[in-house]
Amino acid sequence: MAMAPAHTLAADRIAAGYDGRVILQDISLEIPGNKISVIIGSNACGKSTLLKTLARLIKPVSGTITLDGRPIHSIPSKQLARIVGLLPQSPIVPEGISVADLVGRGRFPHQKLFGGWSKKDYEAVAEAMDMMNITELANANIDELSGGQRQRVWIAMALAQQTDILFLDEPTTFLDITYQVEILDLLTDLNRTFGKTIVMVLHDINLAARYADYMFAMKNGRLVAQGTPSQVITREIVKEVFGLECAVITDPVSASPSVVPIGRHHALHPVSTAMTP
Amino acid sequence: MNQYSKTVTVIKKVRSMRKRRGYLAAGILAALVLALCCAMLMLGSTIYPVKDVIRALLGEQVQGASFAVGTIRLPRMLAGLLAGLAFGIGGAVFQTMLRNPLANPNVIGITAGSSAAAVFCIVILHAGRSVVTLAAIAAGLAAALFIYLLSFRGKSFSIGRMIIVGIAIQAVCHSVILYMMLIARVSDIPAALRWLEGSLNGVQMADLRLLSIAVLVLAPAAIFMSRHLAMLELGDQAAASLGVHIDRTRIVLIVSAVILVAVATSVTGPIAAVAFLSGPIAKRLVGGGMSAILPAGLVGASLVLTADLIGQFAFPVRYPVGIITGIIGAPYLIYLLIRLNRRGEL
Amino acid sequence: MTRPKHFTKILTLGILLIVLCAAASIVFGSRPSTMQEVLDGLFRPEADSYGAHVVRQRVSRTVFGFFCGAALGVSGALMQSVTRNPLADPGILGVNTGAALFVVSGIAFLNISTAGEYIGLALLGSSITAIVVFGISFLGRGSTPIKLVLAGAATGVALSSLVTAILLPRSYVMETFRFWQVGSVGAGDWQAVAIFLPFLLVGIGTAVAMAPALNALALGDEAAQGLGARTGLIRLVSAAAGVLLCGVTTALAGPIGFVGLLATHVVRLLLGPDIRYLIPMSALAGAVVLTVSDVCGRLIGRPGELEVGIITAFIGAPLLIALAKNMKVRSL
Repeated sequence: MAMAPAHTLAADRIAAGYDGRVILQDISLEIPGNKISVIIGSNACGKSTLLKTLARLIKPVSGTITLDGRPIHSIPSKQLARIVGLLPQSPIVPEGISVADLVGRGRFPHQKLFGGWSKKDYEAVAEAMDMMNITELANANIDELSGGQRQRVWIAMALAQQTDILFLDEPTTFLDITYQVEILDLLTDLNRTFGKTIVMVLHDINLAARYADYMFAMKNGRLVAQGTPSQVITREIVKEVFGLECAVITDPVSASPSVVPIGRHHALHPVSTAMTP
Repeated sequence: MNQYSKTVTVIKKVRSMRKRRGYLAAGILAALVLALCCAMLMLGSTIYPVKDVIRALLGEQVQGASFAVGTIRLPRMLAGLLAGLAFGIGGAVFQTMLRNPLANPNVIGITAGSSAAAVFCIVILHAGRSVVTLAAIAAGLAAALFIYLLSFRGKSFSIGRMIIVGIAIQAVCHSVILYMMLIARVSDIPAALRWLEGSLNGVQMADLRLLSIAVLVLAPAAIFMSRHLAMLELGDQAAASLGVHIDRTRIVLIVSAVILVAVATSVTGPIAAVAFLSGPIAKRLVGGGMSAILPAGLVGASLVLTADLIGQFAFPVRYPVGIITGIIGAPYLIYLLIRLNRRGEL
Repeated sequence: MTRPKHFTKILTLGILLIVLCAAASIVFGSRPSTMQEVLDGLFRPEADSYGAHVVRQRVSRTVFGFFCGAALGVSGALMQSVTRNPLADPGILGVNTGAALFVVSGIAFLNISTAGEYIGLALLGSSITAIVVFGISFLGRGSTPIKLVLAGAATGVALSSLVTAILLPRSYVMETFRFWQVGSVGAGDWQAVAIFLPFLLVGIGTAVAMAPALNALALGDEAAQGLGARTGLIRLVSAAAGVLLCGVTTALAGPIGFVGLLATHVVRLLLGPDIRYLIPMSALAGAVVLTVSDVCGRLIGRPGELEVGIITAFIGAPLLIALAKNMKVRSL
């Protein structure tokens, strides 16, 4: 399948927040197209806020966000929803709905006001469900599924939306490590096979470094660093963003940088030569 | 694309299976409503056979039936049908928008606002029917607007805040109504009492004009927006990312629901519990396969008509419809609380 | 926890307010009493003028009002602690309406007439309603204060419907009808006061005794258990005391709402959340609130009266709205 030409999404000096507080300050960035980008930072640094602002769920108090050069706020909602999709952190689970129906809701931006599902709708839903391996669950009620299954259903819904850019807000929190890896692998498939631009917030630095092509590190509402994982995951930057002393090693499985924390009871052993402090 | 055709077949089967259940339930409800309408026209101190009823409806002069059916039973039946539809649909929209079946116009102060204004007009202003009706509608809308505006903290709207404000307004309006009853002239009391529980007594055809327009225009509108409602069910963020205009949709739906409820209240009074019961019952019957808004209207109509028939004929004393629905409402509330509790939604 | 700042000053203020309220309540009414009538009524039992009688009747009414206010204030404080919900109030949670419903049913179907029967049924009604509504707060996973209040309000509306349903066909007895729809202290005579007193003492006494335990409970169930508190027992006893107080009040005065909410929030604003101080001061504040409402009701409603239950709704609702606006409301 040919790589879709990437949409460009850029933010220019945005400040944003909600409930009257301004959380993000003076952030400028450009989301690399066709790549997986991950936003990291400590709690309450504004990661989610940044994601939601980029996805147009929050209106910035200053600055502009542009999609393909056009200000994002001038694009009609449904049209935008065909290009940008967001999976929120805790979506509400309605009662008594089948998995097939829920995934089908992702087709809303493509559907007209009246009428049932078109052929394209069915195919999109089928494709999404097959990709996330939930076809056998088609008739199950979503409120009866386990956490891992449910998350796959939500991602399938976002996939059925068939957007070029996909935002995911902490898609792996609350999941067992097996499911975390499984989902991140599936997202990587989407990126490699279909060229989808993926932007997600992850709280696990090491998983982030392993799966990301590009990273944004935030602290106190500001962008502290951005670049490839090896550029961002360094001792100095980790110290600045998380306040954590660490050693950075190379992950033996994925060759990505991996953070090894140094606490009060564990110090750097001078013996091992595989360490790069 | 052939590689997905097997899955497509599976999905189609799942959807049609669930839709079938929904259509079946809706069909049965419609038939039930029809049967109840006929019963309302046929039953009474004199029971008229179907033939006579039809002839009377068509305008023929039938001994006894023309008056009984045409002047008394027909407006009563239409009032019950339309009000039931309005309360059912309005209540269901509220419950879905506010994401909690307990959050319905009876609890959130809308019907209380209408009733308070109506009682005020009757007791203090000694106004005529049309003024009372208009006041009830205006007050219901004003209450809704008031509640909506007070739900903002700065610029952010919160459903939780709206609910609390609504409860506060309900308490005030309820007190106003009780105060009015205190100072009412004895002659005004029966008219005022109607605004406490809701009743189909004494409804005339002329009263139904506004209500029929409201139902004929707004009920289809609400049903039309079912898909938007389904998106909103997923939460504001998910809905917005799917391209739904959250504010616009919310306002359109709530205004429609408020108008439906306020106009219905202005004709029949606040028929207890219908706005609360219809949505959850419809949802259980229809399942998740299709929108429960229209079925909720049908359930509402069934409830009102059945309760009125019970109130008229089941006991030696005639009870207004609101008392019967109020009595059904309480145990169902407990049942609902227990069920929601077990599901972790409370 | 140490004594809150300015406690003595606020306590003095409170006592002063009580005295003022008592004075106002005795003097004002459908017509204000003259000094002579007040003195006659209070100090000369043989004085037989109409004015003196009115004063004596107002004295008992005032004391009754104090008792009701104190009971509702403490009941509110207890319910808020037990449910960890700052919006809890026996009126808002529908507990009062439950009590009224049982009494009304008793009057209509069982022909009860003695005060003992009224109280017994009221307590039964308030207990059952409390069990249903409180049960939600503990058993419901993901329960938020709003959900509890919503459950209580919906319960209140449903029960109120039932009360009306029972009373409507019997509405020729309008006095009884109104009394059970909205509370009033108008019937408060010395007999009512005497009946009230033991319940009041038991209820407030229990509350005061449970206060340190409730402070622990406020830290969260697990934290409290870690401190050795038996959370289930604490909740049960405190809830029982709260239900007792509001049940008896409803039995004797009809359903009065918002007093608990008003009293506890004022006290919390001034003295902080320490429950050892909250309980007695809520009693004081509740008494003041109720009496002020009653006096206003008598003045506004001349020559009749505006029941206190109506006034408290008018004061309480804006407070509830203000609270909602200022609280960070967790989404449903």
